[in-house]
Amino acid sequence: MSDVWITVGLLALTSLAIRASGPIALGGRELGRSASAVIELLAPALLAALIVVQTVGGPDGLDVDARIAGVAAAAGVLTWRRSAMLAAIALAALVTTSVRALT
Amino acid sequence: MRRPGQGRQNRRMRSLLAHPSYHAGVRAGVPVAVAGFVLGISFGVLSEPVVGPVAAIVMSAIVFAGSAQFGAVAVLAAGGDVVAAVAVLLNARYVPMGIALAPSLSGGPLRRALIGQGMVDFSWAAAAREGGSFDWRFMLGATTPAYPSWVGGTAIGVLAGDLVGDPETLGLDAIFPAFFLALLLSGEASAGRRAVVAALLGGAIALALVPWAPPGVPVIAACVAALIGLDHAARRRPGALSGGKAG
Repeated sequence: MSDVWITVGLLALTSLAIRASGPIALGGRELGRSASAVIELLAPALLAALIVVQTVGGPDGLDVDARIAGVAAAAGVLTWRRSAMLAAIALAALVTTSVRALT
Repeated sequence: MRRPGQGRQNRRMRSLLAHPSYHAGVRAGVPVAVAGFVLGISFGVLSEPVVGPVAAIVMSAIVFAGSAQFGAVAVLAAGGDVVAAVAVLLNARYVPMGIALAPSLSGGPLRRALIGQGMVDFSWAAAAREGGSFDWRFMLGATTPAYPSWVGGTAIGVLAGDLVGDPETLGLDAIFPAFFLALLLSGEASAGRRAVVAALLGGAIALALVPWAPPGVPVIAACVAALIGLDHAARRRPGALSGGKAG
């Protein structure tokens, strides 16, 4: 049981420290032109990576399953109408569960 | 006894909660919190047999990082002893995320560190504004509903796990990638050609690494894609003929 609590404590401390590190190290400082140009592109790069990892990633690497169909359906809806966020998300879940039921 | 400065802190807190950006963030965060609630239930169901009911709920309350928690429990369940390494890898993306957020924060180190605790993938991404700045009030607002829903979902998964089915059968594991896709396609921060290139490159790096790199590494490595901004910055040195805003 104590191993579990050590893990919980360790997880909490690392999460706290990692989330605090960027804001403490660089907070309130005006960044140079190059740094700003890089930071501006972090959000799209990270979002795309999260989409890939959560669509085809599993605990043991690549895990191709029904999620691909769901996310592709969401992409279709969003291409048609950018603002249809909730419809796209609902369709992603619906298509994923349908494909799972059929396969 | 009141500490000096506490009144100022309270005023700051009140003005944050009354700010329109905070309210807009809360509204944007509610649908995600619903999805987070379901994910919390699945974390509760999965983690309870591994760490016990109390530790599962406490973990969600004080760690508040879905991917790191799932990863740590998976390692524990497999009898592994590299939990700390896994947790660091799965949280490591918060370092570049925090660096990106930092220039938009004012105040002392403690205040900035506290605001940093409010970073969650979706709230950080949704708070990104054109030109690389962040609306930190919006971010905290978007994270606000996610916290009780994540912790509450975990508690329900722990206590009533048998009554709740597997979220995967409902296709709920496709909700977060679909949501991130919507953010990527409609977000202010992904406007412009360079953002599209960064997204494609980031996605490609992650895809290339997913099959063999440890969890967490693909997302961190994808941050390298943002370095294409350097090329743009180099071409816009002071003195060069460049009027107006970056395209």
